[in-house]
Amino acid sequence: MIPEIGHFALILALCVALVQGILPIYGAAVGNAALMSLAKPAARLQFLLILTAFGCLAYAFADKDFSVLYVASTSNSQLPLHYRLAAIWGAHEGSLLLWTFILTLWMFAVTLFSAHLPEATRSRILGVMGLVSVGFLLFMLTVSNPFERLIPAAPDGRDLNPLLQDPGMVIHPPMLYMGYVGFSVAFAFAIAALLGGNLDAAWARWSRPWTTVAWCFLTVGIAMGSGWAYYELGWGGGWFWDPVENASFMPWLAGTALVHSLAVTDKRGGFKVWTVLLAIMAFSLSLLGTFLVRSGVLTSVHAFATDPKRGLFILAFLAIVIGGSLALYAWRAPKVGLGGSFAMLSREGMLLANNVLLVAAMGSVLLGTLYPLFLDALDLGKISVGPPYFDSVFVPLMVPALFLMGIGPLAQWKKANLPDLAKRLKWAFGVSVVSALTLPIVLGNWTPLLSLGLLLAVWIVTTAVVSLRERLTHVTGNSLMERLASVPRSYWGMLVAHCGIAVFIVGVTMVKGFESEKDVRMNVGETASIGDYTFRFDGTQDVMGPNYTAARGTFRVSYDGSETTVLYPEKRRYPVQNQIMTEAAIDPGLLRDLYVSLGEPLDDGAWSVRLYHKPFIDWIWGGCFIMALGGALAISDRRYRIAWHKQEPAVPAPTRAARRKVA
Amino acid sequence: MKWIILIVLCVSGPAWAGEARPLADDPAAEARLKHLAVELRCLVCQNQTLADSNAPLAEDLRREVREMIAKNMSDKEIIEFLVSRYGDFVLYRPPLKATTTLLWVGPFVLLTIGATALVITLRRRAHKVVEVAVSEEEHRKVEQLMAEGGKRS
Repeated sequence: MIPEIGHFALILALCVALVQGILPIYGAAVGNAALMSLAKPAARLQFLLILTAFGCLAYAFADKDFSVLYVASTSNSQLPLHYRLAAIWGAHEGSLLLWTFILTLWMFAVTLFSAHLPEATRSRILGVMGLVSVGFLLFMLTVSNPFERLIPAAPDGRDLNPLLQDPGMVIHPPMLYMGYVGFSVAFAFAIAALLGGNLDAAWARWSRPWTTVAWCFLTVGIAMGSGWAYYELGWGGGWFWDPVENASFMPWLAGTALVHSLAVTDKRGGFKVWTVLLAIMAFSLSLLGTFLVRSGVLTSVHAFATDPKRGLFILAFLAIVIGGSLALYAWRAPKVGLGGSFAMLSREGMLLANNVLLVAAMGSVLLGTLYPLFLDALDLGKISVGPPYFDSVFVPLMVPALFLMGIGPLAQWKKANLPDLAKRLKWAFGVSVVSALTLPIVLGNWTPLLSLGLLLAVWIVTTAVVSLRERLTHVTGNSLMERLASVPRSYWGMLVAHCGIAVFIVGVTMVKGFESEKDVRMNVGETASIGDYTFRFDGTQDVMGPNYTAARGTFRVSYDGSETTVLYPEKRRYPVQNQIMTEAAIDPGLLRDLYVSLGEPLDDGAWSVRLYHKPFIDWIWGGCFIMALGGALAISDRRYRIAWHKQEPAVPAPTRAARRKVA
Repeated sequence: MKWIILIVLCVSGPAWAGEARPLADDPAAEARLKHLAVELRCLVCQNQTLADSNAPLAEDLRREVREMIAKNMSDKEIIEFLVSRYGDFVLYRPPLKATTTLLWVGPFVLLTIGATALVITLRRRAHKVVEVAVSEEEHRKVEQLMAEGGKRS
């Protein structure tokens, strides 16, 4: 009964989505206020309906209702409750429901925080989101219904893939989808502006916080996925340039470009046409990511779905969304004004150059991801495009972008002066070069890449310091604290996010330069040393988990003769799918991680063991969280809070424009 | 000699803390294997390098590479042998040939197109945008509005 309610809620939601997608947009076009006012209640109703459907599926999982095909194929009676609930997005159908649920959640948020938007704009935004939702609901109801019954019911479920039975599964997909789907708001804002023909600085200001929130979620989502891979897969890597990882990374690159381009459109009224294109691009890439992961065109760790019908549906949907919005773009964009003038050497110019680099980087990831598929489809041979390829094309594209990142915030809008910039940056440059040359030697391993990485990281931080110092001399206030407090939060956000990148680079550079690993054969009582740490193997014992049995090893780790920690890596066997999983044990630290994973049992209680010493690796994820923190700071800026909490006072249009210009 | 070690092992048992042996007999060969294996694909895995995979076939392939290293074959010879047997699919760094030219030059072509488009657009734009001079009066008004805005918030 409950699954039928869920199914019925989906059908109702489709009807509501159709109303929401058609009538308000039509109303906005002909100026019919009654039709426009439908958008808000329709969006809220749709949210409630999808919430109901989501709740029904969650209930079916909690209740172990194996007469629902999806529940039977992704869970098992032995599976603990939190993993049964996470199994909602453990495979294709449920992931789509999660996608749609998050889409309606964003819609609901738009209805809450759009009091300051003109009625027509709001109706168009919600209408466009409604249309996207129509696509996903149709998809679910026609070819991938999560509520499909299995009659007769299975005695027990086939279980969730043990690889996914991890706390990471509970949090990583929702975070990632919040980011992916969040770009639908920026997309809807852009399409609404194209439809209404009012692409102005106000449009950029409105869509900016939404884009930044989505970007933050995506950043955290990707970082969590990478951290999960690091400890779950058992070979100590966190990023494999796997097509599924690339699928989430491409929207991130486009989204990063979008965040920066929006800043210019907001502050200077420039780049409008480009910003709109980026908004379309970021969302299209999110859809493409969903398509790549969910259609089964890739054969990779994450892609479990294989069904050509679904692939064709998503492809058609993709073609309609991307083709339609690009056609609209081609039709309306030429009518958009240019905005203020600026020289090539100016903050605008540098931001635009950075955008070109980010989009080129995104294009290379796209090329590398799709190329083997195309070659295969055209029967031109099977190739593999892996980390060596991406490392060699991605790094040269990112290095100039990171270098520009240091200069951009210091350059004046409109027209910057090169000798002046050089003068202001000479200290930062000197410090960066000297530390890049000496640090690796002090640390005992000089390689060009190590130097380059440190150069960029130090450059980003020192230029941020220069920028902050200059900023402080220009604000009013007597004490340092007062002046620090009067710097707007959006500026702090920018600095923090950029420093997050620096932290990230330090992490990647130090791990690549100084990590060490050892494959050893360890008898009980034997020791092995790595990176000044000594590991003693105290044997394994059998452990019973809720739905697995495991051999748990005990490793006593000592440094300088005194014990620092005890690590318990496991080798688990999940009987339902008869899979063996390696659970690595990690002692995380600010300056290094110690990582042990059990290989295979050898004779006499001995095991093959893999030990890693990974300096600074947590900085990689720490950097991502700092970036997201920067984004959060930026959206907590006063000007957005004012915009959300009260309607903008009725100032005559020309003065408003003037105020914007000087802001 | 062997007997003595065995006796020592038996007597001292687990408390005896010896240094664990490396899994591989020849660490230098193992380092070379690792160097090669990170660029090779495990053919039966979904997307893993030969170095990372625990699949039995990957283990077999690693053993073969070890044997080739023991036979003193160069890295190039080993890779040529693997490609002749498994095709380019085994390489994570696709070789540059007619079908992969676009893959390798694509990113830099993209960048060049992007940069050129950027410069051309900005040049053209510079001609089109007309500077609007702000009069003294307007300037004063803006200052006044800003001061008011500052007080209000």
